[in-house]
Formats: sequence, C-alpha cells, structure tokens
Amino acid sequence: MASSSGMEEERDSMEDYEALISTTDVELLKRAWRNEKAAPEILRFEFQLVSRLREQIELMEDTIHDKSTSSTDPLFLSLFQMDFDRTLFLLRSYLRIRIQKIEKYMFHIRKTDELWNRLSKEEKEFTEVCIEDLKQHLEESVLSKLPATYQSILRQSVTSEKDDMVPEPELDTFVLCRSKEYLTGIQLEDGPVDDRSKLFEMEPGVLHFICYKSIKALVESGKIDLL
Amino acid sequence: MAGQSNHEPSLFSAEELEFIAEDEIVDIVPNIKMGPLNLISGDFGPFTPQIVTQAPLWLAIALKKRGKCSICPPQWMSDEKLTQVLEAERQSQEISDQLPFHYVEISRLLFDHAPDNIHEIYKVRSLIEDIRNVRFHKVQTDLEAFNGRTIAVKIKNLSAMEVNIVRPFIGRALQAFLKHDSPELIPDPERVSDRTPHVVNNAPRVTGLTKVCKKCLSMESLYSTSVDEPYTVHTHSNFPKTLNR
Repeated sequence: MASSSGMEEERDSMEDYEALISTTDVELLKRAWRNEKAAPEILRFEFQLVSRLREQIELMEDTIHDKSTSSTDPLFLSLFQMDFDRTLFLLRSYLRIRIQKIEKYMFHIRKTDELWNRLSKEEKEFTEVCIEDLKQHLEESVLSKLPATYQSILRQSVTSEKDDMVPEPELDTFVLCRSKEYLTGIQLEDGPVDDRSKLFEMEPGVLHFICYKSIKALVESGKIDLL
Repeated sequence: MAGQSNHEPSLFSAEELEFIAEDEIVDIVPNIKMGPLNLISGDFGPFTPQIVTQAPLWLAIALKKRGKCSICPPQWMSDEKLTQVLEAERQSQEISDQLPFHYVEISRLLFDHAPDNIHEIYKVRSLIEDIRNVRFHKVQTDLEAFNGRTIAVKIKNLSAMEVNIVRPFIGRALQAFLKHDSPELIPDPERVSDRTPHVVNNAPRVTGLTKVCKKCLSMESLYSTSVDEPYTVHTHSNFPKTLNR
C-alpha cells in the first residue's frame, strides 16, 4: 500500500512537470476527459489537475465579477465569460462521466481496491451513499419478498459461488486510441489462440481500434490517449 | 441494476466534437484594438487593427459574430488545395494526410459563421462534400476486409467526425468477432445447428457476418439503431452459461 501511494506521488509530480513545460491545464483536462469518456472502466481521478483548475475557475469567477461591476468593455467581459463557461463545461462533464460509471459499477468498484483508490474523497462518499440507498431500496421493494435463499444483493442465490449479480465493466471493449510515441511489443493477449504470441507495434499519431485490455497499462501511464 | 440504460458514455456527440474543434488555432485580422486576454485556456492577443494574430476558433467566431474581425481560412481550405486533395483521394485507396483531424468541423464552423471570408465558398463547400463522400466510401470498402482474425484495426488519417461515425459499428463488430473466436466458444455443432445453421464452421460464419456488415453500413442505418442488428443475430443469449463465458 505504502509503495503504491509513493508511486502515485511520483507520477503526480511528473505530471506537474509535464504540465508546466508543455500544455495548459485545460488541454490536460480535455485529454483526461476524452480518456475517461472512452475507457470502459473508471480511471484514476486527476487530483492535482482538478484542484489546480478549480482554483483557476474560482479566480476567473472573481475577475469576471469585479469586471462586471466596473466599467469594462462588455465584449472583453463576454470573452472572459465564454472561456470560463467552456472550462466549466469540461470539468463538469469530466466529473459527470465518472459519476455515471460509479452508478453503474458501484459494487464492483467498492470491492476492488485498485478501482476504489482511483476515486476522489467526494466520489468515495457518493459511492457509499449510493450503495446504501440501492441496497435499502432493493431490499424493501424486492429482496425481502423473495425466499430466504435468494435475498442476497450480490448473488443470485446462496448456491452461487461468487458475486454474480455485480455488473462489471467490459474490458474487452474495443476503443479508439492514438499513441504519442513509437510503441512496440504490445501484447494482444486476447487475440485468437495462434496470434497470442504475436506482438503489436504502434506508430505515433496513427489511430488504432484495439481491445482496451491490451493497452490498459499504457493508457494508465499516459503513453496512449483514447479518443 | 442501476444505470443499465442504453447510454453509451464512450461516444462523442457531434456537438462535443465541435467543442473540441473550436480549440484549433486560426489566423484572424481584428479591426478593433484590444489588450491581451489572459484566459484559463491560454493567453491571446493583444489585438491591433489589420495585424494578423492567432486565436482559437471559438474566440475568432465570437469576435466575428460581433463584426470585430475577419477570419483567414486555413491553407487547406482553398479551392486549389482541395481540388488536389480530392484528386488524390480518388486515385488511391489510402486516405490523404493533407487534411487536419477536425476538417469537417472546422469547415462547417467557418461556413456557418464566416461565409464572407471564404473565397469561392460554393466551390469549397462542394469540394469538401465530395471529399467526405469519397473518403467514406473507402472506409466502407475497408471494413469489408474485416474477419475473425481482425484483432486490431489501424486507420491512417481518418478524421474525427469520420471516426465517430464508424466507431459504434467497428467496436461492436470486433468485439463480436473476439467473442465468437474465443476458445471457450468453439461451437458444438449439434447444439448450434437448430438455431443458426451457418455458425457451424468457420468459413460460412465469416461471410455471413460480412453480409450483415455491408447491410448495416449503408449510410442511413449508421445513424439508426439497426447497428445493433448483427450483434443480436450473433449473441446467443439463451445458450447455457459455459458458452457465454
């Protein structure tokens, strides 16, 4: 556990550095937004990026407020407002897609540590509340009226060997992606049996339709962008 | 369970693609004087009358709407350049790399908001329309080459809008192939034969699906729900669990 959070910190500082030298935060958020939209499972919450953008948005809100009371050119003001709205849209859309995924896979996310640690504090609270409410609702409306062996919220019946009523994201989904650098040796493990050993190469900038599972790690490390 | 609607969060709507394209940078010639804009999405300006400066498309359009600037269409949007591209597209099966990723959206936005800044707009508009058609036809022919061995598809130079149109189909077709090729799913002829006779061995199964592909690749069905059709045909939901993995 300790080592993984250490790695996360390291990755965060790397991200900060990249952000400083290359692109604006809006550009980075756009990338995160596209990745999140295209990936079947929930990705790591962009803690640093979102908190930085929140600050910038608040700052801009104040600026717009100050300017609207003083006698600033209305055109100037409306351009600031547009930029503000665009950024806000992106941030809201990003958070909303994550909430949709949480609502869909809440039980799965809750019991999988790896996914659980990708959520923000607020998202974790939301998940807990969501699970509680859904449980209560299902129990009151359906489960309590079923025979005792069918009352689990996670299993079809007591004879089920594992939690078979928990929806999980389909990692076999084919996604569209683009690599930033020349990548080689991508293993398409889910290919037909005789292709299993075949390794795949990816040129930078070329679009590929590929099974999410085989590039999962590369998406997480930021080498490949989904779109 | 909750959230089991047909909503597909992975798809970008046309508006969202336009939103992304609005961040592309264009040249504008302002006719007002305005100080630099320090926005969240970057710093632009200062703006001086008659001096060419760069701005994202959304900013350019906002100024244009208020009559504060004229937009210089990008180089590739000239009628000579597009004629060349169309020629190249017609001559080769490859998709030309001369157009930007968001060419459909950018041209559409400029046609709508800055028609007076585009030289020979009717010609440019019809050229872009032709290029789209030629390219789309190529994509359709390429798709026919799919079969059960297809585990990844490489698409060179396809634009955002084109990709978005074929995405639901390609994604599901590949997923269906993968599913039906998986070792756990080796068809048991006796059980399969009474339901879908052509799933018994490999060869006819592939052609069977290709036929369906052609059918649902017709333009109108790409936008309708019938994209689901090949999928439901090949998903045997009543099969015993072991077959469904």
